[in-house]
Amino acid sequence: MSGSMKGIYLDNNATTMVDPLVVEAMLPYFTEQFGNPSSIHSFGNQVGRTLKKARQQVQSLLGAEHDSEIIFTSCGSESDSTAILSALKAQPERKHIVTTVVEHPAVLSLCEYLEKNGHTVHWLKVDKQGRLDLDVYAEILTQHRDDIAVVSVMWANNETGTIFPIEEMATMASDAGIMFHTDAVQAVGKIPMDLRYSNIDMLSLSGHKLHAPKGVGVLYLKRGTRFRPLLRGGHQERGRRAGTENVASIIGLGKACEMASEKMDFENNEVKAMRDRLQKEILAAVPHAFATGDVENRLPNTCNIAFEYIEGEAILMLLNKAGIAASSGSACTSGSLEPSHVMMAMEIPYTAAHGTIRFSLSCYNTMEEIERVIEAVPPIVAQLRKLSPYWGENGPIEDPEKLFAPTYA
Amino acid sequence: MWDYSDTVKEHFFNPKNARAMDDADAIGDVGSIQCGDALRLTLKVDDSNETITDAAFQTFGCGSAIASSSVLTEIIKGKTLDEALTVTNQDIADQLDGLPPEKMHCSVMGREALQAAVANYRGEVWQDDHEEGALICKCFAVDAVMIEDTIRANNLRTVEDVTNYTKAGGGCSACHEGIEEILTTVLAETGEAFAAQASRKKLHEEKTPKLPGKGLSNIERIKRIERVIEAVRPQLQRDRGDVSLVDVDGDTVFINLVGACSGCQMASLTVSGIQQQMIEDLGEFVRVVPVPAGSAAGAAA
Repeated sequence: MSGSMKGIYLDNNATTMVDPLVVEAMLPYFTEQFGNPSSIHSFGNQVGRTLKKARQQVQSLLGAEHDSEIIFTSCGSESDSTAILSALKAQPERKHIVTTVVEHPAVLSLCEYLEKNGHTVHWLKVDKQGRLDLDVYAEILTQHRDDIAVVSVMWANNETGTIFPIEEMATMASDAGIMFHTDAVQAVGKIPMDLRYSNIDMLSLSGHKLHAPKGVGVLYLKRGTRFRPLLRGGHQERGRRAGTENVASIIGLGKACEMASEKMDFENNEVKAMRDRLQKEILAAVPHAFATGDVENRLPNTCNIAFEYIEGEAILMLLNKAGIAASSGSACTSGSLEPSHVMMAMEIPYTAAHGTIRFSLSCYNTMEEIERVIEAVPPIVAQLRKLSPYWGENGPIEDPEKLFAPTYA
Repeated sequence: MWDYSDTVKEHFFNPKNARAMDDADAIGDVGSIQCGDALRLTLKVDDSNETITDAAFQTFGCGSAIASSSVLTEIIKGKTLDEALTVTNQDIADQLDGLPPEKMHCSVMGREALQAAVANYRGEVWQDDHEEGALICKCFAVDAVMIEDTIRANNLRTVEDVTNYTKAGGGCSACHEGIEEILTTVLAETGEAFAAQASRKKLHEEKTPKLPGKGLSNIERIKRIERVIEAVRPQLQRDRGDVSLVDVDGDTVFINLVGACSGCQMASLTVSGIQQQMIEDLGEFVRVVPVPAGSAAGAAA
């Protein structure tokens, strides 16, 4: 943030501000009603009742049939691990997993690890717009229907916002007698859902992506789905997730879910309009830039723009200096050698993949802020291109091979 | 984001000598757009005494790549080419008041651009001798290539060895899994299986306790070894492979992998799996070594 100017936060797919009303709902549970919900005395049993209310608030946002289908966890990653490992443990004769190459690391790294330890993983690829091929998916389900323990596919991609046809994919899995899990961390609160009418067996969500605090998540487990807990111990969450409840955060998550239901229309109209304007104006002002992902079928709050011939971290640092927070899929921001696996999976060329910037909005942004970002971005891109050996006077150098020929590549 | 020093930020926000130099006497291009880092260093050189009179750069890269380029041009201006060549990447990092371990390669790139530019001026061909791998140990900034080379050069066997030689893994323990994977791969090149040692050496237990399995008769020992081999065969045969026992010499068990197993990338996993099973069944440590069919135990060593 610079000077007196208030910072503009466009990184809501990373995490969100906890809504002040959520904080207010949580506060009594730190000092006044601090009891353990498992206790008999009045310090505790009062708390148990409020947990039930929070469970119903989550149930309502998801459109789940029963409140007992909601299991509170510590985060989205825990929910993902619980779901996939449970499916494998509950069906030891099934050793295969189906997932996509663009999952969040919470699923991706786990599946890579399981692959090293003797499981077979079928990786669904995406096309240049980040879309899945359902014919390939159907083929895998048919060929390996007796070996697949679980299909795990994200509802919406965190980097591009691209939405996958989850309900259809869940039905296809169900028809083949295969369990279906979805990492819906980015989708919950942005896409209306009615899980009672879907074939989704398990769904992960994370509190801090929808204005609840960090450190709380949910695993939705459809009644009748075979299950094995990840954490064993006490009877909390009906023995499905041991460990004393993170009471205040669970209450906060309940409140945030209630508010998300109320704001669903705003998200899909006003927030979407701000996102659309941001993208349209930046692309109009900056040459050699394009939006990545399936732009017709995206989360309403997300756009990911690739700026060619410059590097993402440098863009972020200059944006940050201008008081604007966003994120990048460049290798440098993560300290790895490759740009984001999502950009690589979509075959975004290296000249652009390192310069991808994700803007993710929330209902707290204003059109006035968006106008300021539209003003700020073009000169930042121009400034970095002026430094780039791949950029000439007015555009990319014509023959990079000849004009810029490094000794090693 | 990264915890960059104020000097890094200053050189990034207000880079020195960032421009294209049309009449350069020397050009050093390094990096590539694939890696997300590319740098062109251009120099004006006084022919009479090989002194660098001006330096400029163009960089495609992150904040620290741009800052490293900027500070490099400042360091070398006024130096002779030979003096400039004594500048190390650590000098560049020091001049920036430090770089995060993940970003040290930016300073390396600066030094390489300088070497390339000097070679260009002198009409020599500069060979890049630096190969960079994925960063494994973040505590001490050690990459995969460095670990692989050190394992090969020194016949290292354990994570502890690797830590002693490279420092990698000596901090937070997060990279031990990665180091073990590298050990498994590198040892497999010579047909050896990586055997995970029990964790760190216990402070109160310097000597290894006597293992119960030492009491087995030779006959019983061979029988058990054969039993393990027989147990894994059906599994390998399903994958169109097979395994047979060749010889036993002390704590080394020589086996022969055939068919789809031999040479397969999974071979080292198979070998380590068999080894693990034998250790459990015998109650003693054995090393399982795959050898060609019919070879004598001595020849394999």
